[in-house]
Amino acid sequence: MPHPYRDVVIAGVYNTPQARQLEGHDSESITFDAAVGALADAGVKPAEVDAVIGAHAQELVLGLRLGPCTRLPWQLGIPIVLEGADLVASGRADVVLVAAGGASMYSDRTSTAPWTRPANEFVVGYGLFTAAEFALMARRHMVMHRTTPEQMATVAATIRNNGHVNPDAVYYGRGPFTPADILASRMVADPFHLLDCAMTSEGGCALVLTNADRAADFSSPPVWILGGGSDSYGPAYQIAPAWDLVGRSDVPAGYVGRTAARHTFAAAGLHPGDVDVAELYDPFSFEIIRQMEAFGFCNDGEGGAFVAEGNIGPGGRLPVTTDGGTMSYSHAGINAQQLQRVIRAVEQLRGTCATSQVDGASVALCSNGGSGALFTDVLLLGTERP
Amino acid sequence: MLEPQPVGIPVPNPSPASMPYWEGCKRGELLYQRCNDCGTIALRPGTVCGHCLGRSLSWVASKGLGALYSWTVVWRPQRPSFTVPYAPGIVTLDEGFRMVSSIVGCEPADLRADMPLAVEFHPASDEIFLPYFRPRP
Repeated sequence: MPHPYRDVVIAGVYNTPQARQLEGHDSESITFDAAVGALADAGVKPAEVDAVIGAHAQELVLGLRLGPCTRLPWQLGIPIVLEGADLVASGRADVVLVAAGGASMYSDRTSTAPWTRPANEFVVGYGLFTAAEFALMARRHMVMHRTTPEQMATVAATIRNNGHVNPDAVYYGRGPFTPADILASRMVADPFHLLDCAMTSEGGCALVLTNADRAADFSSPPVWILGGGSDSYGPAYQIAPAWDLVGRSDVPAGYVGRTAARHTFAAAGLHPGDVDVAELYDPFSFEIIRQMEAFGFCNDGEGGAFVAEGNIGPGGRLPVTTDGGTMSYSHAGINAQQLQRVIRAVEQLRGTCATSQVDGASVALCSNGGSGALFTDVLLLGTERP
Repeated sequence: MLEPQPVGIPVPNPSPASMPYWEGCKRGELLYQRCNDCGTIALRPGTVCGHCLGRSLSWVASKGLGALYSWTVVWRPQRPSFTVPYAPGIVTLDEGFRMVSSIVGCEPADLRADMPLAVEFHPASDEIFLPYFRPRP
């Protein structure tokens, strides 16, 4: 059976400027900037777009005069890239614009960001927020496997140092950091110090998917979708995020994303060892340790040692989150920051990263979500047609 | 010392399905929902058993005794109405279900995996009493 995405390519990507706060922008306006940028990068005219996906899909259809047009106003990262690929693969669309942005969403700085503190009745009275939910997963891993704060701090220092050298990162020039610097920052939700956590920022991003037979028209080499998938164990921030929560299989919620990754590698005919660079979602330092285990880059319980041995840094066996991620590059709004993992992977495969480029990268793994939120999405991209 | 939060924090908004739970808390009873057909305990209040798909569920009173499964100690409050430090945790009740709560009555440094806990209830408003857990011998 031919690969379902053998005729689908990512033809354009774009990140707007990112900042702690973007003066004069709201989420819609920065999403428009991102959309226009991605269309330009792909060399596609608005009139050629016949599907838009993203929280502002309907506004883009109107504002860019795309109608009549398929619109899917969904607020997710990797799943909407896969949805766009499905639209192209099934012939329901030829050119799909996927766009996201967040700005003017976070003003009351005495509280955590509004999207991090859901009002569900079983958690609202306990002052939980994203960092605390993810800490409950991290603590259990520490209990089971003696994972240490120092190992987590190694992750944070590695990713923050990727941002430190990246001129496009919100926290460009803020380092370099040692693990000791991470551990010296103030405690937010034990075991997470301030520098173990993602920042909050503003910005937009977009990408364009289209049919491979148009690839010759583009200025950049196409990037191919080798596989992808999504795991969820239920709604985030409503029930106890217990490591060993299970559903229909014996894979625990602590390894959410493992099933999706297995399907993804199988679809691509590849193995974790084939991945050259991993643009992983990094809301908290522990999540990288967990994903190393969940995705099969090391054995269960050995993620802490794996990252401490230098495997995830520049020149390591598996460079991770090379733009600085949500800790240092940007953590814009709700979904731009998730799509940005995909955009960085495309840039790695094009070989165009100004900093932390992995030489000759031909296979890149991306992820979104995390254990504390009970979902993880996985996407595998490559330079070769599947 | 970890203490219950004072009145003024955000208060749960019960649903029709969860109302018996909150009425139990007000009486000082920790209730959980169990399938009459297969005995499976619901992960959250509902109308269908997630195991056998049976539609006959009953509310049962827990003894309120359990052990600490995981925890965090929060120093940056979710909003200013929360007093820090506070210690959200996951408790495994002796009856075999898990819940999110907050641990009180000890120092943050004394929190340990599997430490025995007992439930107690503290008012968050006139109507809502929140279950907390305290270490027991």
